[in-house]
This record gives sequence, C-alpha cells and structure tokens, in this order.
Amino acid sequence: MSLLHLAILAPFIFAIIVPTLYKYIRKIHTGWFVFIVPVILFGYFSRFLPDIITGKTVLKTFAWIPTLHINFTAKIDGLGLLFALLITGIGALVVLYSIYYLSKEKEQLNTFYVYLLLFMGAMLGVVLSDNLIVLYMFWEFTSFSSFFLIGYWFDRERSRYGAQKSMLITVLGGLCLLGGIILLYIMSGTFSIGEMITNVDVIVNHDLFLFSMILFLLGAFTKSAQFPFYIWLPDAMEAPTPVSAYLHSATMVKAGIYLVARMTPIFAFDPTGTWVWLVGGIGIFTLFWGSFNAVKQTDLKAILAFSTVSQLGLIMSLLGVGAAAVHFELDENIYTVAIIAAVFHLINHATFKGSLFMVAGIVDHETGTRDIRKLGGLMSMMPVTFTIAFIGAFSMAGIPPFNGFLSKEMFFTGMVHVLQLDIFNMETFGVIFPVFAWIASVFTFVYSMILVWKTFGGKIQLEKLEKKPHEAPIGMLISPVILASLVVIIGLFPNGLLGRFIESIAHAILPTYEFEVHISHWHGWFTPELYMTIGVIGIGLLLYFTLSKWTKVYDLFPKKLTLNQMYDAFIPTLESGSSFFIKSHMTGFIRSYLAYIFVFFIGALSFTIWSTGAFRVETTNLAEIGVYEVILALLIIIGCVTIIFAKSRLTSIIALGSVGYTVSLFFVLFRAPDLALTQLVIETISVALFLLAFYHLPKNFRHKESRRFKLNNALISVGVGVVVTIIAIASYSTKLFDSISEYYVKHTYDPAGGENMVNVILVDFRGFDTLFEISVLAIAGIGIYGLIKLRLARRSEK
Amino acid sequence: MTFEIIMIISICLLIMSILANIYRVVKGPTSPDRVQALDSIGINLIASIAVFSVLLHTHAFFDLILLIGILSFVGTVAFARFLESGVVIVRKR
Repeated sequence: MSLLHLAILAPFIFAIIVPTLYKYIRKIHTGWFVFIVPVILFGYFSRFLPDIITGKTVLKTFAWIPTLHINFTAKIDGLGLLFALLITGIGALVVLYSIYYLSKEKEQLNTFYVYLLLFMGAMLGVVLSDNLIVLYMFWEFTSFSSFFLIGYWFDRERSRYGAQKSMLITVLGGLCLLGGIILLYIMSGTFSIGEMITNVDVIVNHDLFLFSMILFLLGAFTKSAQFPFYIWLPDAMEAPTPVSAYLHSATMVKAGIYLVARMTPIFAFDPTGTWVWLVGGIGIFTLFWGSFNAVKQTDLKAILAFSTVSQLGLIMSLLGVGAAAVHFELDENIYTVAIIAAVFHLINHATFKGSLFMVAGIVDHETGTRDIRKLGGLMSMMPVTFTIAFIGAFSMAGIPPFNGFLSKEMFFTGMVHVLQLDIFNMETFGVIFPVFAWIASVFTFVYSMILVWKTFGGKIQLEKLEKKPHEAPIGMLISPVILASLVVIIGLFPNGLLGRFIESIAHAILPTYEFEVHISHWHGWFTPELYMTIGVIGIGLLLYFTLSKWTKVYDLFPKKLTLNQMYDAFIPTLESGSSFFIKSHMTGFIRSYLAYIFVFFIGALSFTIWSTGAFRVETTNLAEIGVYEVILALLIIIGCVTIIFAKSRLTSIIALGSVGYTVSLFFVLFRAPDLALTQLVIETISVALFLLAFYHLPKNFRHKESRRFKLNNALISVGVGVVVTIIAIASYSTKLFDSISEYYVKHTYDPAGGENMVNVILVDFRGFDTLFEISVLAIAGIGIYGLIKLRLARRSEK
Repeated sequence: MTFEIIMIISICLLIMSILANIYRVVKGPTSPDRVQALDSIGINLIASIAVFSVLLHTHAFFDLILLIGILSFVGTVAFARFLESGVVIVRKR
C-alpha cells in the first residue's frame, strides 16, 4: 500500500475519528478538524501536476483479490488528477463554507462530516481507480453517502423523498454499470481500464460490445443527471447548501462525465457511431431541456439544479462529438476541439457553479428565503455576494471576459464542426447539434439574468422577508470569493500552465492524439461563433425583458406528462402492482399452495418425460400375477374409494385402517414378515390416534356432510396419480443395473453374524439410518409431550 | 397336491367370511355390531395367515399370528371400555 492509496483512503480513515472529536472537543467547530484533510490532500495531489503535464502517469497497485483480478490499482493521469484536484480543492472550500453555514449548536455536525468525508474518499476512489470493480465499489459509496447527505435533515419529508429518489435512480444506474463492467471483463479478460485500452480491437468487434456500452451509459447518465434521469437532481436540493455545492455541482454529478471521458478510448472506436449519437444526442437534448426548464423555476437552488443538468448535458455532448475524432483522419483534426472544450468547461463549471450555490446559500441564510418572487434589491445590502453572483452568472451565461465565455465559444466551435463530419449521418441530422446548442445558450442567458437581477436587482420587499438582510459573515464569503476569483483568473489567463494541464487531460481522454491548446477571446470577424454569441446576447436580452409575456408557454406542457409525474406515478403503481400480484396468489389457504405444488409437479415431470422420451413399457421382467394379489388389490381399491366418498369421517378412518391392514397382508404375501409385523402395530396405533382426534372434534363438525366435488381438485389428483404411475412403469421398464442385494444375501451370516437379513441391514450394514430414525421418533415424542404440557397462551391468560 | 387344493379352498372360504364380516362392518346398525365384526375379521386373518404359512412352507409369519391375536383382543377391549364409560384410559387423580 503506497502513499497514494493512503491518500485515497485518508478521508475514510479520518471519518472514523470525527465522532470522537465531535464528542470531546465541543468548543471548536468540528469542521475545522475536517478542513485539514482536503487541504493536505490538495497539496499532495498538486505535487503530481508537473509530472502529469510532461506526460507521465503514476500507477500504484495494491493486491486486493488477485485471484479474481481485482486489485486496488491507483492511477494518476491528467483526467484523474483534474478530478482529484477538483474534489479536494472544492472539498476544502466547501468544508470551510460549511463551518460558517452549519451552526455548532443546532446541527448534528458529526454525522454531517462523516458523510462528507465518506463521499470525498469515495469520489477520490472513483476517479483514481484503474480497476473497474474497485471503481464500481467507490461509485456505490458515492451513491450511499450522497443519499445520507441529501437526507441530512431527515425529519423533513421532502428530504427523505429526495434522498430516496436519488438513491433509487443512481443505484439503478450503478447496477447497470456493474453489468457493463462484467461484460467488458468477459470481452477483454481484465478489469483494468489501461489493459482494455491496449486490446480495444478485440472489444470493439465483440458481440457484447453494444450491450456493454449501453449499460455503461445508463450508469453515467443516471449519475450525471442526463435526460431522462435528471429528475433526482432538483429534488436533491433539499440537502444543506454546502452539500448541493459540492456534490450536485462540482463532483458527484461529474462522476458520469468522468466515466464517459474515461471510457472514451474504448467506446469511441465503436464502428456504428452509436456512442457518438447517444452521448452527443442525449447530452445536447439534456442541455436544451435543462436550460428550458430552469427559466420557469422560482427557487434559487432549483434554478441552479436545472442549470447544472443543462451544463452537464453540454459537457456530455462535447464528449460525444469529440469521440467522433477517432474516426476521422486528417492532418488538422478539427473535432478534437470538442474534447478540449469539454475539459475546459468541466473546470469552469465547477468554479462558477460552486460559487453560485454558495451565493444561494448565503442569500437563504441571510434573508430566510430562496424564492426569487420574494427576493430583490439586495445589491446594496450584500455587495460582495452580489459581485460573486454577478461573476458566476455572467460566466455561466457565456459573457466575456469570464471563463464561461471561452468555453462556450469553444462549445460552439465544436458544435459547428459537427456539420463537417461525413460519418454516421452527421452531415444531415447533425444539424440539430448547433441549433439546439444555440437555443439552449439563449435560455442559459435568460436564467442567468433572472438569477442575478431578480435576486439582487429591483426593489427590496422587506415585508416578505423573515430577517433583515445584511452582508454575510466574512468566513462564509471566503470560499465563493476564491471560486469567483478563479473564474476571473481562468477567464483572463486560460493558456500557460492551465492550457498544458488541459492538454494532458485531453490526451488522457483520447490517447491517440497530441493536443495543442490555444484559447483566446477573439477569433476574428468571420467566424460563426462570434455571431452566435451576439445572437445569444441579443435574443436573450429580448426574452428576459419580455419574460412575463411568454412564460405561459410552460403551462402548455401537460402536467401529467412531466417526468416527475411519471416517476411519482410509477413508484405507487409498482407497489400496488406487486401487492396485487402477491395477493392474487398468496391466498393464505394451504389448499391453494398444495394446488400450486401439485400442478408444478405434474407439469415439470410430464414435460420432462415428454421431452426426454423416457416413457417405455418392458414386459419381459414382469412377474406372474397371482389370485391373492388381485383380491388384495381389489380390497385396497375398495378401501380407497370408501375413504374418498364416505359420508362421515368415521367411515373414512375405518376404511383407512382397512387399507393399512390390507397393506400388511400384502407384506405377508410378498414375504416380508418384519414389515408386516410393524405395519400391523403401527396401523393399529394410528387408527386409534385418528379415532382420538375424531372424538375430540367439535360436535358441529363431527358429522359434516361429505366433501364437495371440485373439478380442478379431481383433475389435479388424477394427474398426479397418472404421472406417478407413468414414472413407476417407466423406471421399472428401464432397469439398467442389477441390484446390490446379492452382497447382503451372501454376507448376512458370515461377517455380520445374523440370519434375519432385514434386521442385519437395519442395525449393521446401514445402522446410521436407524440411529437417526430413532432420533426422529424421540423428537416426535418430545414434541407431542411439549405440545400437550406446555400451554403458554393459557398460562398467560391466568 | 390335494393338500394344497384343500388349503386354497380353505383360504377362499376364510376370505369369503372376511368379506361377509366387512359387510357387517359397513352396514352394522350399531357400534357393537361393527366391533364384533372387526374382532371376527381379526380371527379370520389369523386363520388365513396360518393356512398361508403352510402353503408357503415357512414359519416366518407365526409372530404375526400372535400379534394379530393380541391386537384384536386389545382393540376389542378398548372399544368395549369406550362404549361402556366414554373413555379408554381412566385417569387416576
């Protein structure tokens, strides 16, 4: 186990001691202790940066279950390091923010930080694992810790609902992912992503390739809140705001993005183009759908949630389009720009969305509401918060000079380039990419404006607010200020160190290419991107100022067809459907269960006989039929018919006894004296017991009429009889080997020292059976004694 | 040979008498009728098993004869007690 492994597991280890710290050191906010962990880890991971930029990767293996090829292989390349830095960096800022956000007195801080650390460690594990099974393990850890964090205020009904919903959807995706991993293992014989990339040819041409790809995408789409699985993300906003900022903007929802980027070197080689179309198409539609829906939200965090959905769709579509590059051989491969744009926007989104969530938290904290209909005019009261929100929202809208502008320009470039692809029908249907991208950008602009101006602009409505608003404490502002300054710094200096880092990340996504990053604000007069951006701002402003006139559009969409409604209807339908199913066959009557058992018995056995052709009749080894057997058989038949058709129970009991005695006569006839003896005694005793049971029946039931005839009962009983008879005949006709009884006949006297062969077998050759039949009898005896003597119910009545 | 024929005839007679007793068991208007018929079936069974043993040239079934005798006796006595006093085994308190 190397230092790198320890770094990944450090949050888990620290989570163990957090409750102790919380319990014994009450004066200091527990968050300060937790704060150390991500800071140290951030410093540790930063040290890898120079190596990674020069193109090296770090690979450390720790054998976990080597016989199953499951090893905890930690791998740091550009992509992994980017995520590790995001997780630890934003993690540190979020912990700092949460120290001021969560009250020391009112909240259960120990559980909060334990969950947060679990999540941090799990997320590090996801992005730094080279082994897919280990990745899956950490993946599920993120699902669980996210579930706990969303349900942090577990006494609220909405929190529990949101936690359950996100759990169901992400675990569904997680299980799909596991399926995809197993398929990949079947195809390639390894769990290591690195080894899979080296024999990608085998995987791509395998029959299971497409299934595996779709399962992986289901996992990625559910985690990264893509259409139609985005519905859990807006409901996850019930979590405390630091959690929303951390999990639902910067890290967890990007796990799906990470997975898609990580698997691109394998799945992008898909010859049918399914990967490009699925990732790109779903991404672009999610982008549009999320931005379209964000406009109608009135809650700050809901706007941010839909905005996150939409921005994740943007990154996803870029990854999809960028994957087309591997099918395209040109000296100057223009499609790789999409990959660079995806990576760049990933970084940008983490910075501005994290700061915006923190702003929403500050507004909530200082005014008591997050409803934009109640907010307004906070600009003069909260100038710092306003500035941060302004920077974040304008970056999100894609306005210069912030970093969002740069990545949006590159996004447009990538989308416009789609039109020049001449594979996978891209040149015809691909037109939806730039069109949707542009429309979605307009909506993004509109909701970004709403976010800033409805909250901070206009007039203040003091009567609607719970508290008198004022600027947030300095500690709460540190984290968003750092993130906002990053937005500006990246916006001003996108090249240099960051540019080379992005190159190494893009190289990790598409290892077959060398990238050169030149990000600039100005592309010249004659590029389509410029006019697209001008159009976005123009139309966006127009739409923003006429907002009240066209928001009725949202009412046109039928309420019943929304995905949330479908989800809410689906869960109860599933419950009532399964309970209906259970009720329909679990009747509680033994009669029904016996009917199932016997019907299955008949079906399974007759099908087996029919399908294997086992039935045959052999008459050569039959014995001659004597007159006594015929008479006794007739007696038994008469007895059985009497049992079934008798009017009173007493007759049935006596008939049963007569059948038993006739059986003992059969034993006499077939030369089995020991059996006959035992049978006689046992039959007598059991008839006496039956009579006892009959005698104690309640008077009303003692002479009940004969049982009613039921056709299906009759059919089942006849079926069972026929099947058993057929099996008996068939098995007697196919006697393959001689009996081993010759041995007993020869050796009863010589080694065993007895003359009665039956008894010698019972106590000598196979005495073990006898031993345990004796114990069965003992248990039965003790059981009867216990049943009669031990009457706890009656005793408690007394 | 004639000996065997005689034995078979006697078995047939015994079976017929068992059948007649069974008729009484099924039909018998009162319980004592049935109990007596069952007792008589037991004795007939003893006889037929004895004849059968002669036919099969074996003495392996002689135990059975004794056993049926005992069982039939115990059963009849138990039934008689039951009819007399309503219970078979009287509890001593």
